[in-house]
Amino acid sequence: MPMSHSPDAELVARLQAGDQLAYAQLVEENAGEIYRLALRMMGNETDAEDVLQETFLSAFRSIDRFEARSSLSTWLYRIASNAALMRLRRKEPEQVSVDEPLERDDGEMIPRQFFDFCCLPEDDLLRDEARAEMMRAVEELPATLRSVFVLRDIEGLSTEETAEALDLSISAVKSRLMRARLKLREQLSVYFSQGPLISETE
Amino acid sequence: MSASHQPHQHDQDACRRYLGSLSEYADGTLSDELCQELEAHMAACENCRIVVNTFTKTVSLYRQIPAPEMPSAVKERLYKVLRLEAYIPTKPNAPDQPGQ
Repeated sequence: MPMSHSPDAELVARLQAGDQLAYAQLVEENAGEIYRLALRMMGNETDAEDVLQETFLSAFRSIDRFEARSSLSTWLYRIASNAALMRLRRKEPEQVSVDEPLERDDGEMIPRQFFDFCCLPEDDLLRDEARAEMMRAVEELPATLRSVFVLRDIEGLSTEETAEALDLSISAVKSRLMRARLKLREQLSVYFSQGPLISETE
Repeated sequence: MSASHQPHQHDQDACRRYLGSLSEYADGTLSDELCQELEAHMAACENCRIVVNTFTKTVSLYRQIPAPEMPSAVKERLYKVLRLEAYIPTKPNAPDQPGQ
């Protein structure tokens, strides 16, 4: 898409001219989403805040090289995902292999849980404790699957945008999303099959 | 609990083949033809029915999780780090209310 047709074109021009108000606008419009992505990726507020700050510092430094091949927000997601994955790689190197095989057919995809939690009351499915468990399950995903799942299913990016943000092929996004969803389904099946846990301390 | 662990009456290759279509089925992007095939298979295979339904439910439950707000202190520190303190937007008559 030629830059002049991009809805970001005017903002990009102002950013590249060093307009402080444009910088503030970029932050105001995107910081919330970037923080959420960082929080979901890192699993704690301290690391999420570091990733957030690093993302915008890095974006400001490299705005001159922004070529409008993607939208500004996808570009920011890309910087943030990289920052998060770099940090995770330092923290849990065994989990974030750079050249992980795209698909391993070692049976990890085969469903093992057959508890039909669809029929549980919505109140049980949507309670705070269930949601906390759902987020814990996301944190337990390997980082390469987590990044795809968070962008695609939690942040609602399209397959194409997710591929752009993570520098992956469309088929790699689809395959990782599938594996992430299957793993989460297994985890939720185990959790919900134990029944609504009435807090014993009350 | 409705766990049914009995072996399928038909070959598991079929089930594995449908497994590959799960994501597209949940996203509503599977072709009509394959949808019908998958649904016919589900009618005959209880495990697949449960897997498809809980898979779809898993995706929809995650989509319903409300987005957490960025704490205002985090936002303030971000603007400071970026030397944009002068531009921190002030919300008109909106004191910080958790959960809003």
